[in-house]
Amino acid sequence: MSDQGSYYQRDRGWHPPAYTPDYKTSVLRAPRYPLLSLDNTISETTGPVFGHSMLGPLDNDLIRNYAKDGDAIGQRIVVYGRVLDENARPVPGALLEVWQANAGGRYRHKKETYLAAIDPNFGGCGRAITDSEGRYSFRTIKPGAYPWPNGVNDWRPAHIHFSVFGHAFAQRLITQMYFEGDPMIWQCPIVRTIPDKAAIEQLVAALDREAALPMDALAYKFDIVLRGRRSTLFENRPEGN
Amino acid sequence: MVQKLDRLKESPSQTAGPYVHIGTNPNWVEITGVWDKDLGLVLVDPKTLGERIVLKGRVIDGSGTPLKDALVEIWQADAQGLYNSPQEKRGSADPHFAGWGRQPVDSVTGEYRFETIKPGRVPYRDGRVMAPHVTVWIVSRGINIGLHTRLYFGDEEAANAECPVLARVEHKVRVPTLIAPRSDENGIATYTFDIRLQGENETIFFDI
Repeated sequence: MSDQGSYYQRDRGWHPPAYTPDYKTSVLRAPRYPLLSLDNTISETTGPVFGHSMLGPLDNDLIRNYAKDGDAIGQRIVVYGRVLDENARPVPGALLEVWQANAGGRYRHKKETYLAAIDPNFGGCGRAITDSEGRYSFRTIKPGAYPWPNGVNDWRPAHIHFSVFGHAFAQRLITQMYFEGDPMIWQCPIVRTIPDKAAIEQLVAALDREAALPMDALAYKFDIVLRGRRSTLFENRPEGN
Repeated sequence: MVQKLDRLKESPSQTAGPYVHIGTNPNWVEITGVWDKDLGLVLVDPKTLGERIVLKGRVIDGSGTPLKDALVEIWQADAQGLYNSPQEKRGSADPHFAGWGRQPVDSVTGEYRFETIKPGRVPYRDGRVMAPHVTVWIVSRGINIGLHTRLYFGDEEAANAECPVLARVEHKVRVPTLIAPRSDENGIATYTFDIRLQGENETIFFDI
Protein backbone atom coordinates (compact mmCIF):
# COMPACT_ATOMS: atom_id res chain seq x y z
CA MET A 1 0.00 0.00 0.00
CA SER A 2 1.78 3.06 -1.23
CA ASP A 3 -0.04 5.48 1.10
CA GLN A 4 1.36 3.85 4.22
CA GLY A 5 4.41 4.75 6.23
CA SER A 6 6.20 3.43 9.26
CA TYR A 7 4.64 1.28 11.93
CA TYR A 8 3.64 3.13 15.07
CA GLN A 9 6.46 3.23 17.53
CA ARG A 10 6.25 0.52 20.16
CA ASP A 11 5.06 1.77 23.54
CA ARG A 12 7.83 0.26 25.61
CA GLY A 13 6.14 1.38 28.80
CA TRP A 14 3.26 -0.92 27.88
CA HIS A 15 5.47 -3.87 27.00
CA PRO A 16 7.65 -5.40 29.71
CA PRO A 17 11.09 -3.82 30.08
CA ALA A 18 14.12 -6.06 29.56
CA TYR A 19 15.34 -5.94 33.17
CA THR A 20 12.75 -7.39 35.56
CA PRO A 21 14.68 -8.89 38.50
CA ASP A 22 11.73 -10.76 40.03
CA TYR A 23 11.93 -12.86 36.86
CA LYS A 24 15.46 -13.97 37.64
CA THR A 25 16.62 -15.14 34.22
CA SER A 26 16.08 -11.63 32.86
CA VAL A 27 18.87 -10.24 35.06
CA LEU A 28 21.75 -11.53 32.91
CA ARG A 29 19.83 -11.42 29.63
CA ALA A 30 18.80 -7.76 29.66
CA PRO A 31 20.87 -5.25 27.65
CA ARG A 32 22.29 -2.40 29.77
CA TYR A 33 22.62 0.09 26.95
CA PRO A 34 19.50 1.82 25.67
CA LEU A 35 18.03 0.60 22.39
CA LEU A 36 19.05 2.55 19.28
CA SER A 37 15.92 4.08 17.76
CA LEU A 38 15.52 3.48 14.05
CA ASP A 39 12.55 4.73 12.09
CA ASN A 40 11.41 1.87 9.87
CA THR A 41 13.28 1.17 6.67
CA ILE A 42 12.15 -1.35 4.10
CA SER A 43 14.08 -3.96 6.10
CA GLU A 44 11.50 -3.54 8.86
CA THR A 45 8.30 -2.85 6.87
CA THR A 46 8.66 -6.10 4.92
CA GLY A 47 8.38 -9.58 6.35
CA PRO A 48 7.72 -13.20 5.45
CA VAL A 49 4.15 -14.22 4.64
CA PHE A 50 2.93 -17.79 4.83
CA GLY A 51 0.26 -19.36 2.64
CA HIS A 52 -2.75 -21.32 3.82
CA SER A 53 -1.55 -24.15 1.56
CA MET A 54 1.16 -25.06 4.06
CA LEU A 55 -1.40 -26.04 6.69
CA GLY A 56 -2.58 -29.60 7.26
CA PRO A 57 -6.16 -30.29 8.37
CA LEU A 58 -5.18 -30.94 12.01
CA ASP A 59 -2.63 -28.16 12.42
CA ASN A 60 -5.00 -26.13 14.62
CA ASP A 61 -6.40 -29.17 16.48
CA LEU A 62 -4.16 -30.00 19.44
CA ILE A 63 -6.64 -32.58 20.70
CA ARG A 64 -6.00 -34.71 17.61
CA ASN A 65 -2.77 -33.65 15.89
CA TYR A 66 -0.55 -35.86 18.06
CA ALA A 67 -3.15 -38.52 18.84
CA LYS A 68 -1.79 -42.07 19.01
CA ASP A 69 -4.72 -44.07 20.32
CA GLY A 70 -7.29 -41.50 21.39
CA ASP A 71 -7.92 -37.85 22.21
CA ALA A 72 -5.73 -35.82 24.56
CA ILE A 73 -6.89 -35.86 28.19
CA GLY A 74 -8.13 -32.65 29.76
CA GLN A 75 -10.73 -29.93 29.61
CA ARG A 76 -11.69 -29.54 25.97
CA ILE A 77 -11.66 -25.92 24.81
CA VAL A 78 -11.82 -23.83 21.67
CA VAL A 79 -9.56 -20.76 21.59
CA TYR A 80 -10.57 -18.27 18.95
CA GLY A 81 -10.23 -14.61 18.14
CA ARG A 82 -9.01 -12.06 15.66
CA VAL A 83 -5.68 -10.51 14.86
CA LEU A 84 -6.09 -6.74 14.49
CA ASP A 85 -3.72 -3.83 14.12
CA GLU A 86 -3.71 -0.73 16.30
CA ASN A 87 -6.02 0.95 13.80
CA ALA A 88 -8.53 -1.87 14.55
CA ARG A 89 -8.14 -3.25 11.03
CA PRO A 90 -8.04 -7.04 10.66
CA VAL A 91 -4.70 -8.62 9.80
CA PRO A 92 -5.41 -11.39 7.28
CA GLY A 93 -2.80 -14.02 6.49
CA ALA A 94 -1.11 -13.77 9.90
CA LEU A 95 0.66 -16.99 10.95
CA LEU A 96 0.02 -17.96 14.57
CA GLU A 97 2.06 -20.68 16.21
CA VAL A 98 1.00 -21.89 19.65
CA TRP A 99 2.56 -24.18 22.24
CA GLN A 100 1.49 -25.27 25.69
CA ALA A 101 1.76 -27.83 28.49
CA ASN A 102 -0.74 -30.65 28.85
CA ALA A 103 -3.62 -30.75 31.33
CA GLY A 104 -1.22 -31.63 34.16
CA GLY A 105 1.21 -28.82 33.41
CA ARG A 106 3.80 -31.06 31.72
CA TYR A 107 5.53 -29.95 28.52
CA ARG A 108 6.68 -32.47 25.94
CA HIS A 109 10.28 -31.21 25.77
CA LYS A 110 13.57 -33.00 26.34
CA LYS A 111 14.68 -30.46 28.96
CA GLU A 112 11.45 -30.68 30.99
CA THR A 113 11.68 -32.78 34.16
CA TYR A 114 8.45 -31.99 36.03
CA LEU A 115 7.02 -35.15 37.60
CA ALA A 116 3.50 -34.70 36.21
CA ALA A 117 2.86 -37.34 33.55
CA ILE A 118 3.22 -36.95 29.80
CA ASP A 119 -0.03 -37.47 27.90
CA PRO A 120 0.75 -39.97 25.12
CA ASN A 121 -1.87 -38.31 22.91
CA PHE A 122 -0.80 -34.71 23.37
CA GLY A 123 2.10 -32.98 21.60
CA GLY A 124 1.33 -29.39 22.52
CA CYS A 125 1.91 -27.49 19.27
CA GLY A 126 -0.47 -25.97 16.77
CA ARG A 127 -0.62 -23.32 14.09
CA ALA A 128 -3.17 -21.37 12.08
CA ILE A 129 -3.28 -18.56 9.54
CA THR A 130 -5.91 -15.84 9.90
CA ASP A 131 -8.66 -15.57 7.29
CA SER A 132 -9.61 -12.48 5.28
CA GLU A 133 -11.20 -10.92 8.38
CA GLY A 134 -8.28 -11.73 10.66
CA ARG A 135 -10.01 -14.64 12.38
CA TYR A 136 -8.39 -17.81 13.72
CA SER A 137 -9.32 -20.71 15.96
CA PHE A 138 -7.69 -23.63 17.74
CA ARG A 139 -9.07 -26.65 19.49
CA THR A 140 -7.06 -27.87 22.47
CA ILE A 141 -7.18 -28.91 26.12
CA LYS A 142 -6.80 -26.34 28.87
CA PRO A 143 -3.19 -26.45 30.08
CA GLY A 144 -2.41 -26.98 33.75
CA ALA A 145 -0.35 -24.70 35.99
CA TYR A 146 3.24 -25.78 36.52
CA PRO A 147 6.05 -25.05 38.96
CA TRP A 148 9.30 -23.45 37.84
CA PRO A 149 12.64 -22.78 39.50
CA ASN A 150 12.47 -19.02 40.03
CA GLY A 151 11.32 -18.34 43.56
CA VAL A 152 11.24 -21.34 45.90
CA ASN A 153 7.54 -21.92 45.25
CA ASP A 154 6.69 -20.17 41.99
CA TRP A 155 4.01 -21.53 39.67
CA ARG A 156 3.03 -20.34 36.24
CA PRO A 157 -0.67 -19.71 35.68
CA ALA A 158 -2.31 -21.79 32.97
CA HIS A 159 -1.16 -20.27 29.70
CA ILE A 160 -0.75 -20.80 25.97
CA HIS A 161 2.25 -19.28 24.17
CA PHE A 162 1.53 -17.43 20.92
CA SER A 163 4.05 -16.50 18.22
CA VAL A 164 2.66 -14.11 15.60
CA PHE A 165 3.85 -13.05 12.15
CA GLY A 166 1.97 -10.07 10.73
CA HIS A 167 2.93 -8.48 7.42
CA ALA A 168 6.22 -6.90 8.51
CA PHE A 169 9.18 -7.99 10.57
CA ALA A 170 8.50 -4.89 12.70
CA GLN A 171 5.28 -6.58 13.86
CA ARG A 172 6.93 -9.82 15.00
CA LEU A 173 5.58 -10.73 18.42
CA ILE A 174 5.68 -13.54 20.95
CA THR A 175 3.31 -13.40 23.90
CA GLN A 176 1.28 -15.59 26.26
CA MET A 177 -2.46 -16.03 26.72
CA TYR A 178 -3.93 -16.47 30.19
CA PHE A 179 -7.39 -17.63 31.28
CA GLU A 180 -10.10 -15.46 32.84
CA GLY A 181 -10.45 -15.87 36.58
CA ASP A 182 -7.13 -17.60 37.25
CA PRO A 183 -5.90 -16.20 40.61
CA MET A 184 -2.31 -17.15 39.79
CA ILE A 185 -2.09 -14.58 37.00
CA TRP A 186 -1.57 -11.85 39.56
CA GLN A 187 1.13 -13.76 41.47
CA CYS A 188 3.34 -14.63 38.51
CA PRO A 189 6.72 -12.85 38.11
CA ILE A 190 6.57 -13.32 34.33
CA VAL A 191 3.10 -11.76 34.07
CA ARG A 192 4.29 -9.00 36.39
CA THR A 193 7.14 -8.08 34.08
CA ILE A 194 4.33 -6.07 32.42
CA PRO A 195 4.02 -2.84 34.40
CA ASP A 196 0.43 -1.86 33.57
CA LYS A 197 -2.58 -3.83 34.85
CA ALA A 198 -4.58 -2.94 31.75
CA ALA A 199 -1.80 -4.38 29.57
CA ILE A 200 -1.89 -7.63 31.56
CA GLU A 201 -5.67 -7.78 31.13
CA GLN A 202 -5.12 -7.60 27.37
CA LEU A 203 -3.52 -11.06 27.65
CA VAL A 204 -6.39 -12.63 29.61
CA ALA A 205 -8.79 -14.55 27.36
CA ALA A 206 -12.47 -14.26 28.21
CA LEU A 207 -14.64 -17.31 28.78
CA ASP A 208 -17.23 -17.23 25.99
CA ARG A 209 -20.22 -19.40 26.77
CA GLU A 210 -21.96 -18.39 23.54
CA ALA A 211 -19.15 -19.92 21.52
CA ALA A 212 -18.96 -23.10 23.61
CA LEU A 213 -19.94 -26.35 21.90
CA PRO A 214 -22.66 -27.91 24.09
CA MET A 215 -21.67 -31.26 25.58
CA ASP A 216 -18.25 -30.93 23.92
CA ALA A 217 -15.96 -27.94 24.56
CA LEU A 218 -15.88 -24.58 26.34
CA ALA A 219 -14.57 -21.56 24.46
CA TYR A 220 -12.19 -18.69 25.21
CA LYS A 221 -11.87 -15.57 23.07
CA PHE A 222 -8.40 -14.08 22.62
CA ASP A 223 -7.84 -11.13 20.29
CA ILE A 224 -4.30 -10.10 19.42
CA VAL A 225 -3.27 -6.57 18.42
CA LEU A 226 -0.20 -5.99 16.26
CA ARG A 227 1.43 -2.67 15.50
CA GLY A 228 -0.53 -0.37 13.19
CA ARG A 229 0.90 1.61 10.33
CA ARG A 230 0.64 5.32 9.82
CA SER A 231 -0.40 6.79 6.52
CA THR A 232 2.19 9.07 5.07
CA LEU A 233 -0.25 12.04 4.95
CA PHE A 234 1.72 14.88 3.43
CA GLU A 235 5.03 13.11 3.32
CA ASN A 236 6.25 11.99 -0.06
CA ARG A 237 8.97 9.48 0.34
CA PRO A 238 11.14 8.43 -2.59
CA GLU A 239 10.39 4.76 -1.99
CA GLY A 240 6.66 5.55 -1.84
CA ASN A 241 6.36 3.74 1.44
CA MET B 1 -12.71 17.48 27.08
CA VAL B 2 -11.21 16.45 23.79
CA GLN B 3 -12.05 13.60 21.49
CA LYS B 4 -10.25 10.34 22.16
CA LEU B 5 -7.61 8.96 19.85
CA ASP B 6 -9.29 5.60 19.63
CA ARG B 7 -6.37 3.38 18.71
CA LEU B 8 -5.94 -0.06 20.15
CA LYS B 9 -2.87 -0.94 22.19
CA GLU B 10 -0.45 -3.53 20.87
CA SER B 11 -0.65 -6.86 22.71
CA PRO B 12 2.20 -6.79 25.22
CA SER B 13 5.10 -9.15 24.68
CA GLN B 14 5.99 -12.00 27.01
CA THR B 15 9.06 -14.21 27.08
CA ALA B 16 9.16 -17.14 24.66
CA GLY B 17 10.22 -19.30 27.62
CA PRO B 18 12.50 -22.35 27.66
CA TYR B 19 10.16 -24.55 25.61
CA VAL B 20 9.66 -22.23 22.63
CA HIS B 21 10.82 -25.04 20.35
CA ILE B 22 7.66 -27.03 20.97
CA GLY B 23 5.83 -24.43 18.92
CA THR B 24 8.54 -23.38 16.51
CA ASN B 25 10.71 -26.49 16.03
CA PRO B 26 8.64 -29.46 17.20
CA ASN B 27 10.59 -32.00 15.15
CA TRP B 28 13.81 -30.74 16.69
CA VAL B 29 12.44 -31.59 20.16
CA GLU B 30 11.19 -34.97 18.94
CA ILE B 31 7.55 -34.04 18.59
CA THR B 32 7.31 -35.77 15.24
CA GLY B 33 4.40 -36.39 12.94
CA VAL B 34 2.54 -33.15 13.62
CA TRP B 35 4.08 -31.38 10.65
CA ASP B 36 6.61 -32.63 8.14
CA LYS B 37 9.42 -30.23 8.84
CA ASP B 38 10.17 -27.27 11.02
CA LEU B 39 9.70 -23.87 9.36
CA GLY B 40 12.60 -21.66 8.41
CA LEU B 41 15.46 -24.16 8.44
CA VAL B 42 16.24 -23.77 4.73
CA LEU B 43 16.56 -20.43 2.92
CA VAL B 44 18.12 -21.46 -0.38
CA ASP B 45 17.67 -24.07 -3.08
CA PRO B 46 20.02 -25.00 -5.95
CA LYS B 47 18.58 -22.22 -8.16
CA THR B 48 18.94 -19.39 -5.66
CA LEU B 49 20.94 -16.49 -7.08
CA GLY B 50 23.85 -15.05 -5.18
CA GLU B 51 26.95 -15.94 -3.22
CA ARG B 52 26.42 -18.83 -0.80
CA ILE B 53 27.48 -17.92 2.72
CA VAL B 54 27.19 -19.24 6.26
CA LEU B 55 26.18 -17.07 9.21
CA LYS B 56 26.98 -18.46 12.62
CA GLY B 57 27.55 -17.36 16.18
CA ARG B 58 26.39 -17.58 19.74
CA VAL B 59 24.08 -15.56 21.99
CA ILE B 60 25.99 -14.73 25.18
CA ASP B 61 24.60 -13.53 28.52
CA GLY B 62 26.01 -11.00 30.99
CA SER B 63 28.20 -13.63 32.67
CA GLY B 64 29.82 -14.65 29.37
CA THR B 65 27.83 -17.87 29.15
CA PRO B 66 26.30 -18.84 25.78
CA LEU B 67 22.53 -19.33 25.86
CA LYS B 68 21.52 -22.92 25.16
CA ASP B 69 17.81 -22.21 24.71
CA ALA B 70 17.69 -19.20 22.39
CA LEU B 71 15.86 -19.02 19.08
CA VAL B 72 17.27 -16.85 16.29
CA GLU B 73 15.38 -15.56 13.26
CA ILE B 74 16.85 -13.71 10.30
CA TRP B 75 15.21 -11.60 7.59
CA GLN B 76 17.16 -10.35 4.60
CA ALA B 77 16.98 -9.19 0.99
CA ASP B 78 17.93 -11.37 -1.97
CA ALA B 79 21.12 -10.93 -3.97
CA GLN B 80 19.53 -8.02 -5.90
CA GLY B 81 18.45 -6.22 -2.72
CA LEU B 82 14.74 -7.16 -2.97
CA TYR B 83 12.65 -8.58 -0.14
CA ASN B 84 10.45 -11.63 -0.66
CA SER B 85 7.41 -9.90 0.85
CA PRO B 86 4.06 -8.57 -0.40
CA GLN B 87 5.15 -5.25 1.08
CA GLU B 88 8.06 -5.08 -1.38
CA LYS B 89 6.93 -2.62 -4.08
CA ARG B 90 10.18 -2.14 -6.00
CA GLY B 91 10.11 -5.40 -7.94
CA SER B 92 9.89 -9.17 -7.58
CA ALA B 93 12.35 -10.93 -5.35
CA ASP B 94 14.14 -14.14 -6.35
CA PRO B 95 11.41 -16.83 -6.08
CA HIS B 96 14.11 -19.29 -5.02
CA PHE B 97 15.02 -17.33 -1.93
CA ALA B 98 12.82 -17.28 1.17
CA GLY B 99 14.57 -14.36 2.86
CA TRP B 100 13.45 -15.61 6.28
CA GLY B 101 15.15 -18.23 8.41
CA ARG B 102 14.83 -19.58 11.92
CA GLN B 103 17.21 -21.76 13.92
CA PRO B 104 17.41 -22.89 17.53
CA VAL B 105 20.88 -22.58 19.00
CA ASP B 106 22.66 -25.88 19.57
CA SER B 107 21.66 -27.25 22.96
CA VAL B 108 25.29 -28.14 23.80
CA THR B 109 27.48 -25.49 22.14
CA GLY B 110 24.93 -22.67 21.93
CA GLU B 111 25.83 -22.02 18.29
CA TYR B 112 23.31 -21.01 15.63
CA ARG B 113 24.02 -21.50 11.93
CA PHE B 114 22.28 -20.32 8.75
CA GLU B 115 23.14 -21.30 5.20
CA THR B 116 22.04 -18.36 3.08
CA ILE B 117 23.25 -15.89 0.44
CA LYS B 118 24.85 -12.52 0.79
CA PRO B 119 22.13 -9.87 0.46
CA GLY B 120 22.23 -6.97 -1.99
CA ARG B 121 21.98 -3.38 -0.82
CA VAL B 122 18.60 -1.79 -0.10
CA PRO B 123 17.64 1.88 0.22
CA TYR B 124 17.31 3.86 3.40
CA ARG B 125 14.29 6.12 3.87
CA ASP B 126 15.84 9.02 1.98
CA GLY B 127 17.05 6.94 -0.96
CA ARG B 128 20.67 6.55 0.13
CA VAL B 129 21.68 2.90 0.12
CA MET B 130 22.32 0.98 3.29
CA ALA B 131 25.22 -1.45 3.52
CA PRO B 132 24.32 -5.12 3.01
CA HIS B 133 22.78 -6.39 6.23
CA VAL B 134 20.68 -9.13 7.75
CA THR B 135 18.03 -8.34 10.34
CA VAL B 136 18.36 -10.62 13.37
CA TRP B 137 15.70 -11.25 16.01
CA ILE B 138 16.43 -13.14 19.22
CA VAL B 139 13.99 -14.61 21.73
CA SER B 140 14.55 -16.91 24.69
CA ARG B 141 13.80 -17.57 28.30
CA GLY B 142 14.67 -14.40 30.23
CA ILE B 143 14.13 -12.10 27.24
CA ASN B 144 10.81 -10.32 27.79
CA ILE B 145 10.54 -8.80 24.33
CA GLY B 146 12.37 -10.00 21.22
CA LEU B 147 15.66 -8.22 20.54
CA HIS B 148 16.26 -6.77 17.08
CA THR B 149 19.74 -6.25 15.75
CA ARG B 150 21.52 -6.20 12.39
CA LEU B 151 24.41 -8.24 11.06
CA TYR B 152 26.74 -6.32 8.73
CA PHE B 153 29.59 -7.90 6.77
CA GLY B 154 33.24 -7.49 7.69
CA ASP B 155 34.36 -7.45 4.05
CA GLU B 156 32.08 -4.52 3.12
CA GLU B 157 34.16 -1.79 4.67
CA ALA B 158 33.33 0.88 2.09
CA ALA B 159 29.59 0.22 2.19
CA ASN B 160 29.60 0.03 5.99
CA ALA B 161 31.39 3.36 6.18
CA GLU B 162 28.59 5.08 4.27
CA CYS B 163 25.61 3.20 5.75
CA PRO B 164 23.10 5.75 7.08
CA VAL B 165 22.02 3.39 9.86
CA LEU B 166 25.53 2.71 11.13
CA ALA B 167 26.14 6.47 10.89
CA ARG B 168 23.44 6.98 13.53
CA VAL B 169 25.47 5.17 16.18
CA GLU B 170 26.78 7.90 18.47
CA HIS B 171 29.39 5.77 20.21
CA LYS B 172 31.49 4.60 17.28
CA VAL B 173 33.32 2.16 19.52
CA ARG B 174 30.09 0.11 19.48
CA VAL B 175 29.77 -0.18 15.68
CA PRO B 176 32.01 -3.28 15.50
CA THR B 177 29.43 -5.18 17.59
CA LEU B 178 27.25 -5.21 14.44
CA ILE B 179 29.97 -6.34 12.03
CA ALA B 180 30.62 -10.02 11.44
CA PRO B 181 34.20 -10.86 10.36
CA ARG B 182 34.59 -13.10 7.33
CA SER B 183 36.50 -16.35 7.36
CA ASP B 184 36.77 -19.22 4.95
CA GLU B 185 35.48 -22.63 6.05
CA ASN B 186 35.81 -25.44 3.51
CA GLY B 187 35.66 -22.93 0.68
CA ILE B 188 32.49 -21.22 1.90
CA ALA B 189 32.50 -17.63 3.13
CA THR B 190 31.53 -17.81 6.79
CA TYR B 191 30.60 -14.82 8.91
CA THR B 192 30.73 -15.16 12.69
CA PHE B 193 28.31 -12.95 14.60
CA ASP B 194 28.30 -13.38 18.36
CA ILE B 195 25.47 -11.52 20.06
CA ARG B 196 26.36 -10.19 23.51
CA LEU B 197 23.21 -9.40 25.43
CA GLN B 198 24.84 -7.50 28.26
CA GLY B 199 28.12 -6.07 29.48
CA GLU B 200 31.44 -5.71 27.71
CA ASN B 201 31.06 -5.32 23.93
CA GLU B 202 27.28 -5.43 24.31
CA THR B 203 25.63 -5.75 20.89
CA ILE B 204 23.62 -2.78 19.66
CA PHE B 205 19.90 -3.55 19.73
CA PHE B 206 17.36 -1.46 17.86
CA ASP B 207 13.95 -0.03 18.66
CA ILE B 208 12.54 -0.29 15.15
